[in-house]
Amino acid sequence: MGKERVDQIVKGSDVVLFMKGNKFFPQCGFSARAVQILQAAGAKFETVDVLADPAIRQGVKDYSSWPTIPQLYIRGEFVGGSDIMAELHESGELTKKLAGE
Amino acid sequence: MFQASEIKRIIEAGIPGSTAIVLDEANDGEHFAAEVVSPTFIGKGLVQQHQQVYKTLGSLVGNAIHALALKTYTPEQWAEAGRS
Repeated sequence: MGKERVDQIVKGSDVVLFMKGNKFFPQCGFSARAVQILQAAGAKFETVDVLADPAIRQGVKDYSSWPTIPQLYIRGEFVGGSDIMAELHESGELTKKLAGE
Repeated sequence: MFQASEIKRIIEAGIPGSTAIVLDEANDGEHFAAEVVSPTFIGKGLVQQHQQVYKTLGSLVGNAIHALALKTYTPEQWAEAGRS
């Protein structure tokens, strides 16, 4: 059931970040870094606080076969965690993905 | 509490031909950083490469291993990075 809700969420918005806390008050250094990267890339994005919902927290890990939070989705596609986001941002690929290129 | 050397051993055993450099960055036995080089990464996307590493560690990541900052390289990328 967590997975189904995750599926609805990622298909319901263009850019979604599953994180601990929210963009104003991240509750973890990795989530804070992910928010900073998206802001630096000029992204318009929504966030989902996994700490507020255990079913979502587990569901998003199952959904992507990815064991950690944060997780970024662009147009329904799992992009990666904060390490991959940093790499894609550095190479300029993140901006391209955000623009739908 | 985990030792960086144990994580290195698990990753290298799980990915044939790989070399892992693992650091206990915060020196707390919970937050680690790993660089993994493997020919099995050739032709794979970043997500798949990281998933391959996470798979070797099973449920440890997110539990006993609180965080694992990860960077993956093919042997060629590693040589280009000038680290070999």
